[in-house]
Amino acid sequence: MDIRQAFAYSVQNLCRSERSGCGNGEDRLAMKQFELAGVVFDVDVHGAGPPMLYLHPEHYGQLHTPFLNSLAESWTVYAPRHPGFDGRRPPANFRQVSDIAYLYLDLLECLDLDTVVVLGASFGGWVALEMAVRDRARLCALGLIAPLGVKLGGRDDRDFADLSALPDDEAAACLFAGPLPDLGTFSQEELIAVARDRQFLAYYGWKPYLHNPSLVRWLHRVKMPVHLMWGAADGFVAPSLGQGLADLLPDVQLDILSGAGHYPQIECLDEMVAVLAAGPCASVGG
Amino acid sequence: MKAWHFSEMAYHPGWEELGNSLRNVVPSRVFDPVLGADLYHRYLDEWALCDELGLNIMVNEHHTTATCTTSVCTIPMAILARETKTARLLCLGMPIANRMDAVRVAEEYAMIDVISRGRLEMGFVKGAPFEVSPANSNPATLMERFWEAHDLILKALTTHDGPFNWEGEHFQFRQVNVWPRPYQQPHPPVWMTVASPGSAAEAGARGHVIASLNTGYLRTPDIFKSYREAAAGVGKEATKDRFAYLAIIGVGETDEEGKRRAHQILDYSRTTPRAAAQFWFPPGYTANEVTAEKLHNRSPLMIPLRDGGEFVMQTGSVDEFVNAGVAFAGNPDTVFEQVREFNDHVGGLGHLLMMGQGGHISHEDTVGNLTLFSQEVLPRLAEL
Repeated sequence: MDIRQAFAYSVQNLCRSERSGCGNGEDRLAMKQFELAGVVFDVDVHGAGPPMLYLHPEHYGQLHTPFLNSLAESWTVYAPRHPGFDGRRPPANFRQVSDIAYLYLDLLECLDLDTVVVLGASFGGWVALEMAVRDRARLCALGLIAPLGVKLGGRDDRDFADLSALPDDEAAACLFAGPLPDLGTFSQEELIAVARDRQFLAYYGWKPYLHNPSLVRWLHRVKMPVHLMWGAADGFVAPSLGQGLADLLPDVQLDILSGAGHYPQIECLDEMVAVLAAGPCASVGG
Repeated sequence: MKAWHFSEMAYHPGWEELGNSLRNVVPSRVFDPVLGADLYHRYLDEWALCDELGLNIMVNEHHTTATCTTSVCTIPMAILARETKTARLLCLGMPIANRMDAVRVAEEYAMIDVISRGRLEMGFVKGAPFEVSPANSNPATLMERFWEAHDLILKALTTHDGPFNWEGEHFQFRQVNVWPRPYQQPHPPVWMTVASPGSAAEAGARGHVIASLNTGYLRTPDIFKSYREAAAGVGKEATKDRFAYLAIIGVGETDEEGKRRAHQILDYSRTTPRAAAQFWFPPGYTANEVTAEKLHNRSPLMIPLRDGGEFVMQTGSVDEFVNAGVAFAGNPDTVFEQVREFNDHVGGLGHLLMMGQGGHISHEDTVGNLTLFSQEVLPRLAEL
């Protein structure tokens, strides 16, 4: 089944997709709008190959475009924009990361996708874990790039750097091993997106800070191959947390990427793609 | 027009050592508790003096800062509820979106109202952006928490038939039953600080008193206008007693003495910008368009002048602050004339919130400032 056929098959099985034009299976690379459980959200559909649900991190959406393009060479990438991050105010009772997880489980069901690789970066990794502990029926592997969501340290330890309490340059240096993004080159729209991304990271993850205290208890339920990937110079979520997570997951491969901070998919794109291609996401999903 | 004396109980002895960052990250080792005790007693004495001078009293609160050591506004209020006899007591205010227990706020306010025999004025404030970090309150949901707290506190103060249930988005209590009930019925007057026409409209629709803090000659009229329109929209009359304005006030026997006192008090304003940049824009606290602009343009805080110019808040002169309508300074005639002009310009004030102490001004000068104001300016405010 080529991607065009695959996508046509998917859209025929949409449970409910409004204002999306999803009935047009010819539209192979497009942003589709969905309404599920009363939540309107967009999904970018991109590429060819087996299905991958890509869950974006909290920051710098436009800098991830090359990574998404690379993924699309091997997978049909479904990349939803998390509610709120897309500029729409989520419903009043949609406040937890678990709400996003349920929304995307509904999305997979709606699209009738099976043997899906879920790849989540940072905040998206947290969503992926929340999905996997709830319902793994449609998932075949998990790729997690420096995920948030699980705190392993004690109450006095900062598992996640308090970015909003750091000077801007120090906060950015937590995220990047190399040169920092130059906000002076960002368009007005991109700057507003930066502010909005920060707003909705706070909305979902202000307190408890960027984790769900009970998630760690249920990690044994992630009974599928998991590929943990971490930048060696990650100053936001230390690689040691990756090692701790690896000890708690049943079937895991941990790769540390040198020369990268929190977003190796931006800073070390080729290496990141190669590591992913050599790991369980590719071997299981592909 | 009523007048209210306001002080932030500054710990100014620490300012020089702390340099350009007076908030959030300042180590408390800088605070000498022995000296701090003397300062607390001094500031409380100055408020107590207001009771004799015919001035009312305003307190506020800030956290983790050497600019304001009133970290709990109801503590000086509680002391003054007992120590004073006639002054009205304004908490402006209580940052109700940052207080995680709204019922406790209702209890504190109710107790103070009863002890003071009905002299409390309840302020509900959003709180400055740098207050988010000490409270660890979620800035992305701050205003929805604010309004829920507002509703819960008022219901708690006006329900007298036993417990009620509250299971909202941000506050959950299954047995709300506040004792004592307030002295004033149905509840003490509600005040809100406002800084924009939008927030003024929210208060206007509810009929609360608004206090515009240092918004100056250019910005204040639109704020008051918005209040009047919103009040009219729900059939309420926006009487003068609904409008308050906070200014720095220095009064002396001569213009020079008044300006000297204002110059010292203005260190309150000049220290305001001295906070680390990252605490000014908590995520979601301000509109994303505003935050986006500040992401790459960290210009200093500016204050507009009447002629369309502006000056740097951190270094402004007395004359500039007076021109901007942020300060009133000089001899009693001069100050009265400045207040009268401002009052006319904004369409009428019911309350003049007077920062009569701030910065490095001495106790003696503060007493002189308050006394002269009460004797030579306050009686004439009745004309307005």
